Amino acid sequence: MQHGKYRFVAGFLVTPLALYAIFVIWPFIQAIYYSFTDWTGLSPEFAMVGFKNYTKLFSDPLFWKSFQHSVLFVILLPLVTLSLALFFSFMLNVGGRQRKDAAISGVRGAEFYKIAYFFPQVLSIAIVALLFQFAYNPRQGALNGFLQALGVSDPPEWLGDPKWALWCVMAVLVWSTVGFFVVLFSAGMSSIPRDFYEAALLDGASRVTTFFRITLPLLWDTVQSGWVYMGIMALGAEAFATVQIMTVGPGGPADSTIVMPLYVYQKAFHDGQAAYATTIGVALLFVTLLFAAIVMRLGRRERLEY
Amino acid sequence: MKTTDTPPPAEGTEAATRVAKLPAAPQERGGGRGGVLNVFSHGMLVLWAVMVVLPLLWAVMTSFKDDRSIFTSPWGLPDRLHFENWSRAWSQAHMSDYFLNTILVVGCSLVGTLVLGSMAAYVLARFEFPLNRFVYYLFVGGMSFPVMLALVPLFYVMNNMGLLNTLPGLVLVYIAYSLPFTVFFLTSFFRTLPTSIAEAAFVDGASHTRTFFQIMLPMAKPGLISVGIFNFLGQWNQYMLPTVLNTDPDRKVLSQGLVELAVSQGYKGDWSGLFAGLVMAMLPVLAAYVIFQRQVVAGLTAGALK
Repeated sequence: MQHGKYRFVAGFLVTPLALYAIFVIWPFIQAIYYSFTDWTGLSPEFAMVGFKNYTKLFSDPLFWKSFQHSVLFVILLPLVTLSLALFFSFMLNVGGRQRKDAAISGVRGAEFYKIAYFFPQVLSIAIVALLFQFAYNPRQGALNGFLQALGVSDPPEWLGDPKWALWCVMAVLVWSTVGFFVVLFSAGMSSIPRDFYEAALLDGASRVTTFFRITLPLLWDTVQSGWVYMGIMALGAEAFATVQIMTVGPGGPADSTIVMPLYVYQKAFHDGQAAYATTIGVALLFVTLLFAAIVMRLGRRERLEY
Repeated sequence: MKTTDTPPPAEGTEAATRVAKLPAAPQERGGGRGGVLNVFSHGMLVLWAVMVVLPLLWAVMTSFKDDRSIFTSPWGLPDRLHFENWSRAWSQAHMSDYFLNTILVVGCSLVGTLVLGSMAAYVLARFEFPLNRFVYYLFVGGMSFPVMLALVPLFYVMNNMGLLNTLPGLVLVYIAYSLPFTVFFLTSFFRTLPTSIAEAAFVDGASHTRTFFQIMLPMAKPGLISVGIFNFLGQWNQYMLPTVLNTDPDRKVLSQGLVELAVSQGYKGDWSGLFAGLVMAMLPVLAAYVIFQRQVVAGLTAGALK
């Protein structure tokens, strides 16, 4: 297998690697470099300014607002989404009552639920955001139409109300991602041997105990990678798309929904402050890596073989 | 308490018998609470299914209504099926152009991603050479970086190369940003394939290149299908990359075109046309998902389970 090996390796790697270097790696390196300049993005000239952008960042109230919201996203969204998904997938796979042929089974219609729950995952986040923008509409929207039918006389303005807007956005992100994790965890749970459950059942364990003592520990690796994945979505493209499409401004009302990726976008492409935008981007990079490191560290346990 | 051994009762009486049957579990304690828990958790499953499906059905229904009834009664059924909404969205609102652009871009970039991704992954999985690990982690690291940070300089890189606002430029960017996951997934897939067949082909005088295209690629078909579905959905639904890099109104792709439509039709008050466009974009993907349900689920969850 050695003959002409290096020529072959080089020949196969050169195109993908070149494409990746030009469009992904190089811009990342440039971005970090630009964060130390006063580049506007509008003209090619710029000068080095040292840490000026970073000191500006620390005294920029709007940055701290976007930071707060992004941190809230990255803590709450994985927690809520993964808890719901774990609950649903446990019910779908293990939660059913005993039947004649199998001591352990999911509830009736588990296959149907899995198909339905997954629907939002195949839709573009842009479509989902648009759909909910209308559903949240205070006058013509589905939500308030429904609430009024129930007899609520003065329903909230949802996206128009600074108190509610951020929660509305988060609800949409939960809505669109739970199904994916239900299916992911279901696949993981189906590889846990049935005997474990049967043994627990014989010992008289309730379903809650079974979940915390058997399912969760054996599923832990999947939960952990799901957690990181959801966190990256909550800090990245999904959060950007939902906020940018759904909210007024976007980012409003009264900056109540601004998140870090949107703030980068606005500074770079609307305000002509490309260098400052990359500085915010570097902060976003730090938050992302810090989050991943914390989850990996908190979630580290002995790997269970079965 | 022999009821556990009888076949499940008819649907109608299910809820009533469930509570009665639960104490038949091997241990009596906790039985009554389990019954309440069962009703509660099955109720949650149904509730979530309704919450997922109802907004989608609402959108389909609304796309057949005229503007006046959308405004006056959000939940009212259409007086008749207003198909003209659909034809208006398709031709006047440029949905046909958006579809065409999306098919072109996703078609080219999907092929490019699979060819380049599998080439890089094959070399990284099967050949030892200096920097092998470095190149692998360079690719894989791209999965956790916030893309928004790179987009600021990338905008100007593309502008200098004359690729901004062009479809070929968008194709190259899609490929580059799909490579991290594709390489990650296919590298571990190629490692699982047996080495003996490729060695036999090589002994018989086939070149490395020929061995790859005629023997390894066909063997890797299941992996290619999984990662292909993953990339297809990701690229078809992509919103952030075209929003930043492809702002020419004539070249818009589906998701950003819809957002554009929401703004322009919002001014005109043509909500029915907008909903028709939204549903038009939604239905093909949902239909494809229902048909290829197993493959889609396997493709989207395979990566996270590795």
